[in-house]
Amino acid sequence: MKHTIQQVFHSGKFVVGFSIFMALLLIVIVYPLIIKDSPLAIIGQGTFFEPGIYVSVYDSIGSTPYILNLDDAAAKRIAGKLGDQERLDIKEWLVADGIPENEIDITNTEQLLDQWVNNYDPKQKIEGMTFAKQRYYQRLDASLKGLLSTEGVTIAQKNPETGTLEETGTVKQSDYVNISQVANVRVLPLGTDNFGRDVLTELIRATGVSLQIGFVAGIIATLIGLTLGLLAGYVGGAVDDVIMFITNLFTVIPGFVLLILISYSIGQEQRGAFTVATVIGFTSWVWTARAVRSQVVSLRNRDHVNLSKLSGHSIVHIILADILPYIASYVVMALVLQISSGILAEAGLSILGLGPRTTEVPTLGLMMNWAMIYQAQILGKWWAYFPVIVVIALITFSMNLMNTGLDQVFNPALRE
Amino acid sequence: MKGYRQYFLRKLGWFLITFVFAFILNFILPRLMPGDPVATIVARLAQGMTNTTGVQAIYQQYADLFGTNKPILEQFILYIKNAANGNFGFSFSQYPRTVADVLKSAIWWTVCLQFPAIIVGWIIGNTLGALAAYLKRGFDKVLMPVSIFVSNFPAFGMAVILLVIFGVTLKWFPTSGGYGFDLMPSFTWSFIWSVIVHYQLPFWSIVLIAIGGQAIGMRSMSIYELNADYVKYSRFLGIKDRKIVGYVFRNAMLPQVTGLALSIGTMVGGALVAEIIFSYPGLGLTLLNGVRGQDYPLISASTLLITVMVLSANFIVEIIYGLIDPRIKAAQAD
Repeated sequence: MKHTIQQVFHSGKFVVGFSIFMALLLIVIVYPLIIKDSPLAIIGQGTFFEPGIYVSVYDSIGSTPYILNLDDAAAKRIAGKLGDQERLDIKEWLVADGIPENEIDITNTEQLLDQWVNNYDPKQKIEGMTFAKQRYYQRLDASLKGLLSTEGVTIAQKNPETGTLEETGTVKQSDYVNISQVANVRVLPLGTDNFGRDVLTELIRATGVSLQIGFVAGIIATLIGLTLGLLAGYVGGAVDDVIMFITNLFTVIPGFVLLILISYSIGQEQRGAFTVATVIGFTSWVWTARAVRSQVVSLRNRDHVNLSKLSGHSIVHIILADILPYIASYVVMALVLQISSGILAEAGLSILGLGPRTTEVPTLGLMMNWAMIYQAQILGKWWAYFPVIVVIALITFSMNLMNTGLDQVFNPALRE
Repeated sequence: MKGYRQYFLRKLGWFLITFVFAFILNFILPRLMPGDPVATIVARLAQGMTNTTGVQAIYQQYADLFGTNKPILEQFILYIKNAANGNFGFSFSQYPRTVADVLKSAIWWTVCLQFPAIIVGWIIGNTLGALAAYLKRGFDKVLMPVSIFVSNFPAFGMAVILLVIFGVTLKWFPTSGGYGFDLMPSFTWSFIWSVIVHYQLPFWSIVLIAIGGQAIGMRSMSIYELNADYVKYSRFLGIKDRKIVGYVFRNAMLPQVTGLALSIGTMVGGALVAEIIFSYPGLGLTLLNGVRGQDYPLISASTLLITVMVLSANFIVEIIYGLIDPRIKAAQAD
């Protein structure tokens, strides 16, 4: 046993796959210990906030200001509002308004803004311009107001008695706050999803749940397949015929059709993650059963099995002691593949809208499903779907690598 | 010819048996679940309905339609009768269209998308796998990791990534639908062109997934065959390399054909999800609409149709396999 494990860990492919898988598992276990936010808590009001560091505006006003005199601060401030695209848009409007093109220099910020302020009129209709574009220019105009001013911003508070605004302080353009002194800073490395939930926290929890689904489905499928395969292969005769008949039937009847039918019939309310895993397990044992049977058939008439029979051992003993050890490596490989296909099956089901209930736990498939429903892929909200695909691909990839590695160790014909 | 006829009849018999079982499962699985399916459907439909007589009327209508108040055997006979006439009742979600009508418009999109894609993917995958086994070194070193990675990619993941790259970012192809939303199906150039353009992304996403898995299988089969004794013996006899390679790949092909027959079911499953990602108007989207609209008759009929498609494809592949397998051919010569 020890020797076998040593041998397995000498296989490069297995080690790479194993490391990826363990890293994922470690993150899934450790992350919730450090960050205790509920994965399903809706924190964002609105959909798909971009990944980034969110600093409370209110708290930063209250924090101690530090004065930093940075030369490029003004330029950066302008660039933030007035990027290359905006400059081109302004030029387009001005040209449409009748200003000669050679008089517009989009690299000269001051002159450009001057021309804009003098010529732009929100009420003016330019022929052929869509309403959306008109609104865009109105928003652009509003955001450009005061861009070149060097004055600070006044903070005022409402007097509760008189209702008038009273100045409580000013924020100068050169004021900075130290982010570690701001009381409320939330890092959203992967932004928020369509419900306003923190994608990273949700993703890690979802990975955990999906792995559990994969394990439950894989173990159920492997147990059923192993039992049927052993019975069919070792007992033979009529038992073999019946089991093989059933197995052949379910080989051609597509498993996902059964999966869809059963999941739909169970109904949304009863569909927990565990139920879905069980259903997946019960519809995907076919390959294991077939393969185990063919291995057992070739083992059945080996000398050591016959010897065991002559010694009067019971069938159970023979199967456990003389047959199982020989197919154990194969069963482990089959289990690995079953787990990864179980995770994929859950994802496929969820995209069809037949996954586990949404309110309880996130799964990788459910996250994908919601991202698709809210059209994250069309809107360019990559953080809502891409990390999910990467995690699923990493899981299946690592499991297949492990499987290939095991295959090369146990199956000398495949060694390179 | 006798051997082939026997093979054919055996396969045909098996096809019919599996069909009957699939049919029974399709009927019985939803009914095995605890609770009255019609009551569940009515409960879902009547959510927010306060009129009890209305709920009663809906219940009665569906109970009559499915015959759920009759004994199970009678229900089954009713189900067979209806299915044989292609009568699956009205679609709940797309009333007043019948289920048969909805499926009729969806099935051709699926058939024309998936089967060419799976076959093209199979051919390209096998060619690449065989080349990797024969050329080895550089080609193999590049192709294999890529194939392994691609074949591990979930089908919907591949679809989404193609969609984002070629549909959203590069804007080469439309992102959804089977044809332009401003066109009516007709035999005009603009319509046919629109169909062709919309076809590309779903097609290639299915092909890419199929290529990966097939290339890996074909490579290991070919390596196995290239090391077989008959190859060494042929080399020893001085037979030309080209001819040996021909033998080898023919032998390596045979398990791949069987593999295709066995994996069609899984491939179709993945491709249905890819259809959903691209909103392609085929069976995948129909199924999704059925699930979203809680349209039981539509789901039941779609799954039946998908099963029939997969079983038929499987049958066809096995028939072709019988034609090219030398062992069955040898039996024919007797």
